[in-house]
Amino acid sequence: MSFVRHRLFWPAAILVALLASNIFFSSGFFSITVHDGHLYGSIIDILRRSAPLILVGIGMTLVIATGGIDLSVGSVMAISGALACLLIGDLDNQNSVTGVLLACAAGIALSLVLGIWNGALVASIGIQPIIATLILMVAGRGIAQLITDGQILNVTSAPYKVIGAGYTIALPVSVLIAAGMVAIAVVLTRRTALGLLIEAVGGSPTASRLAGIQARRLTIMVYVFSAICAGIAGLIYSSNVSSADSNAAGNLIELDAILAVVIGGTRLTGGRFSLAGTVLGAVLIETLNVTTVSIGIPVETTLLFKAIVVIVLCLVQSAAFRAKVLRRPSRVGASA
Amino acid sequence: MGSRPPVLEMTGIRKVFPGVTALDDVDFRLLPGEVHALMGENGAGKSTLIKVLTGVYGTDGGEIRLGGAAVLFGSPLQAQQAGISTVYQEVNLCTNLSVAENIFIGREPRTLGRIRWAEMRRRAVELLARLDLTLDVSAPLSTYSLAIQQMVAIARAIDIDAKVLILDEPTSSLDASEVAQLFAVMRRLKDAGVAILFVSHFLDQVYEVADRMTVLRNGRLIGEYRTADLPQMQLVARMIGKDLEALEELESQPRSSARELERGPLIAKAVGLGRTGGIAPFDMEIHAGEVVGLAGLLGSGRTEMARLFFGADRADTGHLEIDGKPLVLRSPRTAMAHGIGFSSENRRTEGVVAELSVRENIILALQAARGWTRPIARRRQDELVDKYVKALNIRPADPDMPVRNLSGGNQQKVLLARWLITEPRLLIIDEPTRGIDVGAKAEIQRIVAELADGGTAVLFVSAELDEVLRLSHKIEVLRDRRLVEELDNTDDVDADRVMRTIAGGVAQ
Repeated sequence: MSFVRHRLFWPAAILVALLASNIFFSSGFFSITVHDGHLYGSIIDILRRSAPLILVGIGMTLVIATGGIDLSVGSVMAISGALACLLIGDLDNQNSVTGVLLACAAGIALSLVLGIWNGALVASIGIQPIIATLILMVAGRGIAQLITDGQILNVTSAPYKVIGAGYTIALPVSVLIAAGMVAIAVVLTRRTALGLLIEAVGGSPTASRLAGIQARRLTIMVYVFSAICAGIAGLIYSSNVSSADSNAAGNLIELDAILAVVIGGTRLTGGRFSLAGTVLGAVLIETLNVTTVSIGIPVETTLLFKAIVVIVLCLVQSAAFRAKVLRRPSRVGASA
Repeated sequence: MGSRPPVLEMTGIRKVFPGVTALDDVDFRLLPGEVHALMGENGAGKSTLIKVLTGVYGTDGGEIRLGGAAVLFGSPLQAQQAGISTVYQEVNLCTNLSVAENIFIGREPRTLGRIRWAEMRRRAVELLARLDLTLDVSAPLSTYSLAIQQMVAIARAIDIDAKVLILDEPTSSLDASEVAQLFAVMRRLKDAGVAILFVSHFLDQVYEVADRMTVLRNGRLIGEYRTADLPQMQLVARMIGKDLEALEELESQPRSSARELERGPLIAKAVGLGRTGGIAPFDMEIHAGEVVGLAGLLGSGRTEMARLFFGADRADTGHLEIDGKPLVLRSPRTAMAHGIGFSSENRRTEGVVAELSVRENIILALQAARGWTRPIARRRQDELVDKYVKALNIRPADPDMPVRNLSGGNQQKVLLARWLITEPRLLIIDEPTRGIDVGAKAEIQRIVAELADGGTAVLFVSAELDEVLRLSHKIEVLRDRRLVEELDNTDDVDADRVMRTIAGGVAQ
């Protein structure tokens, strides 16, 4: 029964339960078919829809691991998508691959700058992360509006459309991009000492300082990484709908991202983090969204339904709660 | 004075925490109109006794009588209502509210829920007048000095019709003139019949203001004395727990062979180094292969001095010279780059990172020095960790166990291992043996001696005098945040001699 003790056991179990519940409402839920060399099916669809949340979530994970939080991810998504669409719209030939790549690079570069802004506010000036990133969360929507001149910018660019809605080697491009960023994050944190140092700073800032860790530089790095992830997610979002909508892009995604991080077992107080857990959490949230539709929850009550599932999930994940319900002493809780 | 019945009498108080008896059969009496000092070293049980008295903790035995009647307080509020008021070390007030609001917060005079501001201000002025203070009671508390804030806290405490006033380390953040002001207030209250329980680690202050004192050690009552009958020297001996004969006996024991030392090259030199509120400017030299011990009571500035050598706090006067070159320590990282290591006295909050594993904690400083791009290969990590887990006998010997599951002594060894693998030239160790068992203590002492034999300079801070005497080549004695004497630890230096200097006045 050692797998029950694994910290990702409970979220994984709930994900499986949610997926399984769909079978009663749509019989073809688990079937994956091949059309024109592309995989289709509800599972693939869930993965595709999860891609932006996975991206934003892994950035958020590293920020939260240092004891911070990044509320500005949704705004960064909007800004990055807006800049890319603006530049593509100005192209003579919107189907120019080079032009589209440059536009995407510009969106990501601007996100990087925004990440430096967040990081500098937190690490160099010492503003509390929730306040520091709230600035960009609010102001960012305005910046995006400024870029799009208050309009919804539509583009008709086939190469741009590929990012969010295209396929390659049988899989959605957005899923591959998200997988690639997850791989980069894992390598950066676990193949170098970055992960250890981040966990040390989040676990005990004072002890870390006295061990000679330069928390300031690390903090700026994680905010930059988070912003880059959000910037890429913004490209995927806007590419999928071939337009830049400054208000809708990444709206409230920061809440889902924080939820994905927490479901994945990373504590909001910082310290130990789990990228795999966050990916699991993001997929779980997207599955929940799909499930509310497929089991026919009325639109007015979807948020309530989601909230209830999230509360149940959190309770089930809590060792102390399980012990109370099962009326036996909690060994897990005692050692924690 | 002894003829009056005590206002407060605690008899046979016992308090047990899991694994440790904090108070064992302790008696304590407080007479009306006296200032009574509760003395003892860190961990002696002073704060536990106060918490039992004020209802923060329950008792596991014994009786508390207030004004002759047996009482048992379930909460600090009940104790307060019965006339026992406490002013804690940290001023527990809201500095953004006015003086009057602070005094009456939660007890404002009201009519139909509306606060009668004028009456509140008038009563605040009257109350402060009892302490001989004239303040603008409408001004925010933050406009007044810490000493005044302390007095406001006292004013708040005595308005609750206090029979007993407990002052826990009230002077630790005050300067000399502020202390004098506080003492004047204490005397005034004493004359008005209030019994004051005073806790302070400044011996001179205790002798200045206290009428009687009760000494605790390791949770036991050592004795109750009139201040006039107990010389400072004897008080220190009772607090530390060595009577003078025993101390002399200890002197006759053979000392570490490492004491005959050929001085290595100068590593670090402090020139007028100091920090306001921490340690007065001092000069000191540390040579390679030398153990320099810092001796002094808790709060004498030992830790503050040690931290300046590492840049854990920034000095505001003087400077440090490393290898003869002046160096400004902006952060611990600068110190580490010059081969200095520092193991903090607060091993839980400033030392280990509790949720990380033993292995991760051990490599942390070395990894931080290398930067994140140059990870220590896992095989090298395992080698280093294995070596030090064995060498320091860290138990359980499981490198992947979270450090929080280890005992204090083993956490301390993990912390030492962290610095040993960085191969420092100067290692600063603050209270490595506090709260750990005898075996681990001996091991840590052995490591310190070996380090020095190997040419490392060690700055060793400990509250235990025998330990400092046994290990150090040179002893720096501190009193009241000041370096008062430097002693070469030759054969004619003994605990008695050091204690005289610590106690003050009777040096030579």
